[in-house]
Amino acid sequence: MRAMVYRGPYKVRVEEKDLPRIEHPNDAIVRVSLGAICGSDLHLYHGMMPDTRVGMTFGHEFVGVVHEIGPSVQHLKAGDKVMVPFNVYCGSCYFCSRGLYSNCHNVNPNATAVGGIYGYSHTCGGYDGGQAEFVRVPFADVGPSIIPEWMEEEDAVLLTDALATGYFGAQLGDISEGDTVVVFGAGPVGLFAAKSSWLMGAGRVIVIDHLEYRLEKARSFAHAETYNFVEYDDLVVHIKKITEYLGADVAIDAVGAEADGNFTQHVTSTKFKLQGGSPVALNWAIDSVRKGGTVSVMGAYGPMFSAVKFGDAVNKGLTLRMNQCPVKRQWPRLFEHIRNGYLKPSDIVTHRIPLEHIAEGYHIFSAKLDNCIKPLIVPGAS
Amino acid sequence: MPYLAAKPGQGRSSKELRATILGWGVDLDPLDRPAVPRERMDLVSGAHWDFPDRQEEKQPRERSIEHKILPPVFGTSCPPKGFSGAVRKYAYRYSEGRAAHWLLLLAGDRIDAWESHLRSFVSMRPDNPVTETGVLSEFTSHGVSSRFGKKRADLSHQWIDPLIVAGPWMVTGGGLAIALRYLNRVRRRRR
Repeated sequence: MRAMVYRGPYKVRVEEKDLPRIEHPNDAIVRVSLGAICGSDLHLYHGMMPDTRVGMTFGHEFVGVVHEIGPSVQHLKAGDKVMVPFNVYCGSCYFCSRGLYSNCHNVNPNATAVGGIYGYSHTCGGYDGGQAEFVRVPFADVGPSIIPEWMEEEDAVLLTDALATGYFGAQLGDISEGDTVVVFGAGPVGLFAAKSSWLMGAGRVIVIDHLEYRLEKARSFAHAETYNFVEYDDLVVHIKKITEYLGADVAIDAVGAEADGNFTQHVTSTKFKLQGGSPVALNWAIDSVRKGGTVSVMGAYGPMFSAVKFGDAVNKGLTLRMNQCPVKRQWPRLFEHIRNGYLKPSDIVTHRIPLEHIAEGYHIFSAKLDNCIKPLIVPGAS
Repeated sequence: MPYLAAKPGQGRSSKELRATILGWGVDLDPLDRPAVPRERMDLVSGAHWDFPDRQEEKQPRERSIEHKILPPVFGTSCPPKGFSGAVRKYAYRYSEGRAAHWLLLLAGDRIDAWESHLRSFVSMRPDNPVTETGVLSEFTSHGVSSRFGKKRADLSHQWIDPLIVAGPWMVTGGGLAIALRYLNRVRRRRR
């Protein structure tokens, strides 16, 4: 089969690989019909995530058709069109039985601090991902769901991570009616978090980024008030000013490890790997939220330490909430919102890239060329 | 102003928002939010086992020492090999709480990249930094206009990326050239 393969920092290519095999009785093999590159894939692409091995196939956002099932699979059959959450999880361990699917303890030998994620390094379990023609899907009776007939494939693929994560991030903000929510980052997760904040009754939604075309999308797609942080000498003071010096009630970090805004923080983390991630957006979130407010962290960070302003968080009495999204818990409600027309995830898709051109796709997304917001990957397309 | 008890009025009224933003407030009640409460025991996951069947361990699988047992299911992509594999296996002697664990894994990643590049040169498909970086998309995807005249914070450090990709190759190439010149000189002197 054809599959994207990591060749070292900033380098990927498409290779011929062996078809994945059933390795566990509850495995399924899925033929991928549509995948995506996630912003967090860029952390792998840039060599930031420890134990990212040359030869691995990335991709944790994908949908497809069941090609083969293991002997214990009861809920799926060959030919079913399925959407697969980015979490690999067993559904039965201490954490899964409490709904913490992203914290499963039965799927990741390499680390206890994170569950399993498709195509996301050995630190997340060593599973090949879905930027390929076929992918092994463990626990086929637990993770995947059949795509409803009324749902478009591009909406389904965005439900496997970006939309679910943005919606989850807004929930972690514990938004009350009339709250002011500031979202750092106007990438896919930030756009969805901003949009979801309205569903939860926010009174004001502010989005911060430095890419004008993404801020424009935040205005048109998420009805948000936007600010380009490059234009402000001190972004935190600006947010204080526009909130009558109170600060936002809720801040959502939808940027994560490669945050810009401070050269030293960015370079020490993303270029020299001396931190688990650049904490610029997280520190802005901590400093711009009001005392007693809530910071929701959706951005992905590596397992190494980062220079987070924890003292400010303590002294302000903040609630810090975070987790990888337990995707499938969000689906029933998100299906309703899509069906009711409250959300249209595929509106943020900007690029549809054939798998064979995935190296260009990574470069375009990484370098933010061509007004790229969300690139989808199409196996088999020419 | 926070110097007084009242919350400053900042936005539009709920009535106005409900009228202008489709779906405004449909998840206002926390009971409608699927992630609330965080931990719930009443969810149906689809699992029909108390403990899953164990996946066969066809070769020794490295694991965190914070795990008591090897978890029943695991990824089998890219088993450790070569010197990078030895470094990675050594890293798993340290817990996830130790910086040594992560720093050794990062070192293993860099060694792996070099081992793989060198291995590719004796394969049918040597690494090609031009095609593998996708850099040619600069010419087809508005590389200049996407950057020029924009208020982009990342332009201050994007110049480092080519150095990260090409720098080690140039240093190695330069080193080899110097070594070859030196060897040539030594050979000439002996004649």
